[in-house]
Amino acid sequence: MQRSNGSAAVRQGEEILSVTGLRTQFGPAVIHNDLDFSVRAGEVMGVVGGSGTGKSVLVRTIVGLNKPRAGRIVVFGQDVAALAPAQRRALQSRWGVLFQDGALFSSLTVAQNIEVPMKEHSDLPPALRKELVEVKIAMVGLPPDAAHKFPAELSGGMRKRAGLARALALDADILFLDEPTAGLDPIGAANFDNLIGDLQRALGLTVVMVTHDLDSLYAICDRVSVLVDKRVKVGTIEQLMREPDPWIQEYFGGPRGRAAAGSAERAARPSGADGAPQGRA
Amino acid sequence: MSAAKDLAAGSADSSFALLREGEGLRLRFVGAWTTRELARHDAALRRLDLQGARSVAVDLGACSAVDSAGAWVLERTFEDLRRQGAEVSLINCPPAIETLLGTVAREHCELPPAPKAENPLLAVTIRIGRETLRRGREARDLISFLGLTVTVLLRSLLKPWRIRPVALIAHMEQTGLNALPIVGLISFLVGVVLAYQGADQLARFGAQIFTVNLVAIGVLREMGILLTAIIVAGRSGSAFTAQIGTMKVNEEVDAMRTLGLDPMEVLVMPRVIALVLVLPLLTFYADVMGLLGGAVMATVVLDISFFQFARQLNDAVTPWTFWIGIIKAPLFAFIIGMIGCYEGLQVSRSAESVGRQTTRAVVEAIFLVIVLDALLSIFFSVIGI
Repeated sequence: MQRSNGSAAVRQGEEILSVTGLRTQFGPAVIHNDLDFSVRAGEVMGVVGGSGTGKSVLVRTIVGLNKPRAGRIVVFGQDVAALAPAQRRALQSRWGVLFQDGALFSSLTVAQNIEVPMKEHSDLPPALRKELVEVKIAMVGLPPDAAHKFPAELSGGMRKRAGLARALALDADILFLDEPTAGLDPIGAANFDNLIGDLQRALGLTVVMVTHDLDSLYAICDRVSVLVDKRVKVGTIEQLMREPDPWIQEYFGGPRGRAAAGSAERAARPSGADGAPQGRA
Repeated sequence: MSAAKDLAAGSADSSFALLREGEGLRLRFVGAWTTRELARHDAALRRLDLQGARSVAVDLGACSAVDSAGAWVLERTFEDLRRQGAEVSLINCPPAIETLLGTVAREHCELPPAPKAENPLLAVTIRIGRETLRRGREARDLISFLGLTVTVLLRSLLKPWRIRPVALIAHMEQTGLNALPIVGLISFLVGVVLAYQGADQLARFGAQIFTVNLVAIGVLREMGILLTAIIVAGRSGSAFTAQIGTMKVNEEVDAMRTLGLDPMEVLVMPRVIALVLVLPLLTFYADVMGLLGGAVMATVVLDISFFQFARQLNDAVTPWTFWIGIIKAPLFAFIIGMIGCYEGLQVSRSAESVGRQTTRAVVEAIFLVIVLDALLSIFFSVIGI
């Protein structure tokens, strides 16, 4: 399961993303206050919280779509705010973002969408680009004939897969997923969870996943960050369940939380340690 | 690897070497084989020369990192070598890289070729046909919507208490009051332009004073109403489409229907009636501003005083000149409002179609306003006013 080799083994588990003292504010509404958040290389971090607690805002702030009022965001050891434009572009090619509905460019076909980051950030020759597009399309489980379709001709699940392929186009180190399973039927959502888990293991990705979906949390997340009181509480699900905070108690201990925990346990038992989320932490 | 590939910076340089080793060859990959490195090696790897060897040992021991793109290029190279008849074996391959190579080998599929573009001549013909049909259909739908609007309008006028006063007043404010600055400024400037150009030409005949006639008839009969209608079509017609279209996207219109509210009554009527009431007033205001612009220009350039301007104006126009402009206003208002609402209701459930229908609403409204204006000009000249 570990894809470590040589120097990489040492670095597995090191913090590659850290946010300290973050404050975001829209007008008078304070979303995050003095928030600390960090992600280790090779883990899947779930981000949960009630509606309006700023889960998506946190991700958008990290990738630079929102400007924080205060705080430091360090990715790969570089302070994002202090980067020159050229360094920023280089950094952008090292993370992939999957927006809620894929956010594919509607005037381009799926294949062209996946090619966009390659054209923008690399000098790969066209023939190789085409081959890589083929690999990515197959990797995210899209049928080959979807390649020349436009986003409007795809179903919601396929759009998300295509968006994931675009996010992975440059072999990003960190993948940010914003509600990857929202709007999918339970079977589609479970398939998508498996896909993310498989890719994460195969490519050694670090994944930050905003979600509401308790099943996803149990299925693939190593650790979970809960947004409460404008800050985050981090831990594995077991650790979080011991938190006294009423929202966290309600979230994991409520009927849906218990159901998801039960089904995760049932799924883990027959197949051994392979599907168990805690195996890698 | 990919998580680690650039943390292990410094060893980012990549290279490969093909060495002879007894009977076979040894292909040695060094460094980070990641996306940004591949462009340099791709062409060379495609042209690898086996030099007659039957076996190739691939040494990946010195690879610091391989990502999925790198793995694909390696895998493709192995496949090429195999096709040339060599036996490929991996040595010193870290297990992680081996898994990745396996994944990539499994996850590759030829894409079907991109669909070819049609014969351009055929494509143009198809497009003309399609557009013709679409326009025909749209004209038909528009006419039936016209019928519907008139029916609902008459029904509302018979039961005026069903007209929603708050919505009506709000739309009158938005389409009328808020349009005053832009309508006033543009009318004033057109008055100035007419006076200036007219004076230039008429001065050749020593008939500068008739500049007043030109400005008066131009503004009162045509320019005042036409410009106001075009501004309102761009401002309010498009706003109607965007408002109703957004409600359509949000399924608000459907919600309205399920609650037993008629969108024609709730959304369309207040807008159309507001516009019909407001456009004549705006036109009157535009007339005044246009004449004022002409008068200012006449005073400055032609030395025609305000008093002279007013006396000449009195001679130049009859009340009909003014009324012809004003009569057109409710007609144009009805067309603009109706098209704005119609296109709004045509929005499908995507945000993109809001933009498309809005553009269409403005273009159609302006087109129809000008066509109707031309027809009315002919009509008025036939009946002799």
